[in-house]
Amino acid sequence: MTSVERVPEDQIVVEGLTGDAAIAHALKQCDLDVLAAYPITPQTIIVEDYQKFAANGEVDAKVIPVESEHSAMSACVGASAVGARVATASASAGLALMWEVLYCASGMRMPIVFTVANRALSAPINIHNDWSDTYGARDSGFIQIYCQSGQEAYDTTIMAFKIAEDHDVLLPIIVAIDGFILSHNVERVEMLPTEAVHKFLGKRVPFIALDPTKPITMGPLALTDYYFEFKQQQIDAINAVPDVFKKVEAEFEKMTGRKYGMFETYKTEDADIILFTHSSPGGTAKAVVDALREQGEKVGVLRLRMFRPFPAKEIAEAVKHAKAVVVFEKCLSFGAPANPLAMEVRTALYDLEKRPMVTDFVIGLGGRDVPPTTIVEGYEKTKEYLKKGKAPFFETLGVRK
Amino acid sequence: MVEYDKPAVAIKEMLKRDQVLSAGHRMCAGCAAPTVVKLMGMALRGPTIVCEATGCLEVATTIYPYTAWEIPWIHVAFENASAVASGVIEATKAMYAKGNYAHEHVDVIAIGGDGGTFDIGFGSLSGMLERGHDIVYMVYDNGAYQNTGIQRSGGTLPGQETTTSWAGKVEPGKRQKKKPLTEIVAAHKIPYVATVSPGYQRDFITKFRKALEVEGPAFIHAYSPCPRGWRSETGRSIELSRLAVQTGIHPLYEVIDGEKYIMSGPSKRLKELTPMEEYWKTQGQFKHLFKPEWEEFRKQIQVDINHEWELLKKKCGI
Repeated sequence: MTSVERVPEDQIVVEGLTGDAAIAHALKQCDLDVLAAYPITPQTIIVEDYQKFAANGEVDAKVIPVESEHSAMSACVGASAVGARVATASASAGLALMWEVLYCASGMRMPIVFTVANRALSAPINIHNDWSDTYGARDSGFIQIYCQSGQEAYDTTIMAFKIAEDHDVLLPIIVAIDGFILSHNVERVEMLPTEAVHKFLGKRVPFIALDPTKPITMGPLALTDYYFEFKQQQIDAINAVPDVFKKVEAEFEKMTGRKYGMFETYKTEDADIILFTHSSPGGTAKAVVDALREQGEKVGVLRLRMFRPFPAKEIAEAVKHAKAVVVFEKCLSFGAPANPLAMEVRTALYDLEKRPMVTDFVIGLGGRDVPPTTIVEGYEKTKEYLKKGKAPFFETLGVRK
Repeated sequence: MVEYDKPAVAIKEMLKRDQVLSAGHRMCAGCAAPTVVKLMGMALRGPTIVCEATGCLEVATTIYPYTAWEIPWIHVAFENASAVASGVIEATKAMYAKGNYAHEHVDVIAIGGDGGTFDIGFGSLSGMLERGHDIVYMVYDNGAYQNTGIQRSGGTLPGQETTTSWAGKVEPGKRQKKKPLTEIVAAHKIPYVATVSPGYQRDFITKFRKALEVEGPAFIHAYSPCPRGWRSETGRSIELSRLAVQTGIHPLYEVIDGEKYIMSGPSKRLKELTPMEEYWKTQGQFKHLFKPEWEEFRKQIQVDINHEWELLKKKCGI
């Protein structure tokens, strides 16, 4: 670890940026070697802005304007295999088209930073936000971190390289923001001086690389006798993420004064009911909690950031005192007893002696607005279920039935 | 890798070369693909990285924990060798410029079979050509998805029997023509396109070296007999590679900048095409064509080949 110092305030540049632009600015400062990407709404601004930096000579990375997202991730794997620092961006159908190569990226242990503006999957085709795209990639071996603000997206993108490239990890990482809600809304973002980011990240030191002076074979065929061992190593790698994440964030905090954790807890210490969500509904839920607290309700929020690896133990510890945990998630797993986020939460809490009730509300699919009233509705329903002593596995909220 | 001034086209020069593929590579007996790769190796000029699509050559040469490759090699998936190679070449350039890579120039070669090139990897290939990366793409064309068990591809010949184009009571094997991939690639107006055959080593190696030497994308279409899929004798693959040229189903030529066509010696020297019967009778996959009910179909194939041959001669100014 390099030693970093607090960046003086007069060196910080403040701009109003969209979530996408905040990510593009972070990528600009991360000393990329290669960025390969394909345009897709609502991620496109990331690629557009980065291409503009390249056109003006503000970055010295090679930008590969590929002909598909499948090729975007493939080019990233190729570049990363040479030892390059690599990033891409996508959403929705584009991420779905990459799906095959996501597994190659993680299986080949390529520390690619993949920024995503979460968007619903077809059909019907829809450009707005939900989490079906990255949740669909939840088993792909990527680390997944979800952000609530432009600042957080900027900061997390920078930290992502340091986490992914750590030799205890060497895994690709998704940094996700809610499409349109965050990707296209302008917020105040404090940006670090580029030199400070460079010093924080250092150069990527590849563990192994494609180099003619030291020939190696990458991506071989591994059958019944070795495939499983490769997967075991991936388990070990992703399990190493929390420690590396904490180390990286501690250093980032030293430089900026900001830290976010694997999740954020808001007024949970004495809460009877804890609202559990991430990304933009996390902000809405906190506003709802403030209002409910004024009415004397003992309620808090756990806003998840790291979905993969899922910090199950820490979450169980943080919510075990509550009577109920109310999950709000923007994804469906058709035919499943509950949906991806609630399944994780229920698993995390299962071994507790005294388990909080877990309710699961699917919200905001296809960009359907999630107003505070939707969160309140889930909260009120959960109170009812607590009285009854049982709750349905999941419900949808904010939809005509 | 040693840096070589010239390609090794003479046998005694070849013997001095480092092999790119070691013995014990586990390809089938008689498969021409290892020969294709070794001939490629004779043309190399310096630091090289190979990016390969999923296929016979990939699976058989790199069964973990072994590898037959003596030079840096990467495989990611079936349809993306061109995209992977794009990432590799650009990464070497970006990193060298920052002082983070030892080699100023690396020759990046992408290799795919006909399935991985004519079909599933076609979009990726076209994108790579359009973007103009300095990559040599080589297809080893054995006329079917041999790795998955001999299924038809866009590279399969008319009349060829595969496990998805059976010769039956009402079907003569594949009815459709072979996708004119070399022409499609040439239409991208890339600096260099050439067809090669492992039966003509000097021509093969010389062309591969040219492909490496041009700035920008180059494409090599190598014919590659597959005794297992073709039901041909394992000892005759080189002979069949020549017969493919002599019958005109794989004529040897070059296309410069998508415009200038040059017929290569082995094809140019042909007084006339060898009839397709001579080729078909060497392979079980064409056996059914000799049945009386396919006589018209058989004749039409020959008519089409003659037509294509005349067109090509015209393009080459012959």
